[in-house]
Amino acid sequence: MTAVPITRRAPTRVARRAATSRPPRRLGHTILGVVIIAIMLFPLYWMLNVSLQPAGNAAATPWLPFDFSLRGYETAIAEQGGNLLTSLIVSLGAVVLSLAIAAPAAYALAHFRFGTWVSVLLFAVLTTQMVPGIVVANALYSAYSDLGLLNTYGGLILADSAAGIPFSIILMRAFMMGIPASIIEAAYVDGAGPIRAFLAVVLPISRNALITSALFTFLFAWGDFLFALTLTTTESMRPITLGLYSYIGGFVNDWSPVMATAVLSSLPAIALLIVAQRYVAAGVTGGAVKS
Amino acid sequence: MAESRSVATATGPSGGLAPPRPGRRRRRPVARHRVVQAAFLVPAIVYMLLFFGYPVVKNLVMGFQEYTTRTFYTGEAPWVGLANYATAISDPVFDRALLNTGLFTVGSIAGQFTIGLLIALFFHKRFLLSGVLRSLLLLPWLIPMIAASAVWRWILDTDNGVLNRTLGLLPFVDGRPAWLTSTSLALVAVIVVNIWLGIPFNATILYGGLQEIPEELYEAGSLDGATGARAFWCITWPQLRGVVTVVLVLGVVYTLKVLDVILGLTNGGPANATQTISTFSYHMSFREFDFGVGAALGNILVVISLVFAVVYLRVNRRAVDE
Repeated sequence: MTAVPITRRAPTRVARRAATSRPPRRLGHTILGVVIIAIMLFPLYWMLNVSLQPAGNAAATPWLPFDFSLRGYETAIAEQGGNLLTSLIVSLGAVVLSLAIAAPAAYALAHFRFGTWVSVLLFAVLTTQMVPGIVVANALYSAYSDLGLLNTYGGLILADSAAGIPFSIILMRAFMMGIPASIIEAAYVDGAGPIRAFLAVVLPISRNALITSALFTFLFAWGDFLFALTLTTTESMRPITLGLYSYIGGFVNDWSPVMATAVLSSLPAIALLIVAQRYVAAGVTGGAVKS
Repeated sequence: MAESRSVATATGPSGGLAPPRPGRRRRRPVARHRVVQAAFLVPAIVYMLLFFGYPVVKNLVMGFQEYTTRTFYTGEAPWVGLANYATAISDPVFDRALLNTGLFTVGSIAGQFTIGLLIALFFHKRFLLSGVLRSLLLLPWLIPMIAASAVWRWILDTDNGVLNRTLGLLPFVDGRPAWLTSTSLALVAVIVVNIWLGIPFNATILYGGLQEIPEELYEAGSLDGATGARAFWCITWPQLRGVVTVVLVLGVVYTLKVLDVILGLTNGGPANATQTISTFSYHMSFREFDFGVGAALGNILVVISLVFAVVYLRVNRRAVDE
């Protein structure tokens, strides 16, 4: 079963012990840490600052938004509101599709005895990471054109799941490997088949892994640019990333609506980081969240 | 739920650990059990075949075809042998794109990894607010790349960008570098932005690796006089090697296919100064509508990735043994 573990296991005993104790004070470290993060996040501050300026074409943007104005946001929502909605629909669709496809597969790869097939399939999942997006887009464009999937929600949802599905399979499998076989066997003894054992036992236990997968699939689909760029051709079907690109495609003479749009398109990431911090951290390390 | 319940009842007691019944009847429910199990994998396999397998094969075929907008109307894509590859490689932009791909990848990885490792080491010592700051560090990686590209375009603007305004305050700097619009600086600027984007990922994975190193090793090391830099080279680096290899190989594979950042910042310009194989492929397919040449370039990119794929998978194999 442990033929090809892709991700590292959950935090070790040492790490967990450390995480529960109070951090030592070390003020010098805190100050340096704040400086590092301030430098790293400066571009994001600048995005916010410019978005709140009354006129973004000013020769020199002030360092602080003292002339606070929401005009940029008014323009952004008027011009890009529909695109935000398109992105929301596509991203939620990609989450549902990805979880529906990846969760059963992850469970099967973690617990069913398929022998070498497990290795073969995991190998295939890993190989998908090597396929450049432009190769997929190039081939999908002609296929979508034939099938009438260009400029459709369904077409974008399917393509935008391409990042979320392999990621979710790997992440959820790593978590599900940790579910003791005895719990699942107990369900079988109670008369459940594989499907009911999966729905009634495995999924509830895997809640944290499902949430982490869902969050990242959402962010992948929300941030997708390549498929938005290649698989839509009309203004009526335009995700926010493409809306932003069309803003910066030519000469920009007013940056506040552009930056307001950038801020709006970054809101899901910011919201998820605040609300679901531990899931996000778990997703980046690809490890499992302990419940 | 209703459907699953009926299936569950059908496979019912014979599934899993239930005592086997005597005779031939035992086989059928077990076989059905096997089919149900396989069904868990079918959607994922179908999806991967359609959205990864098919595109790779289709691109391979398109690379040998004259595949243009006309193909969409007539359905004809005549075979042209290696003509697309000849067109792609003999294009004066190709050499530039290949060189840029190399410079972009090496430069990005070197920067992301070095800074990411330094930040990971810094945060490895826990202190007040270290957890919060570590989460905030993730933000550049989580926002859409095109949003990050948009703000960097304004920061790097030659006349009114905040970077040049700040540089202008320094006494010994003269001139305003045209970060995104001069052929000599644009690639550097694009690499710097991509480094900024990649730091959070590198730092977080490497931080995770550092956390896995048992504290006891450092305690034992300090008894033998290994502290500071010595502890890093004698304990941290060897212990971290597996994670480092994974981060580097993943980094290369991901950086080779970067498209968003370059299109967002420069569109491959000025005068192809930031064109990579990836953006060149996009350009040929979706700007010139010569999908055959675009596919050929995509295939070249796949071959380059494959070289690294071998390393990548070998690394994962090794991780098994440990």
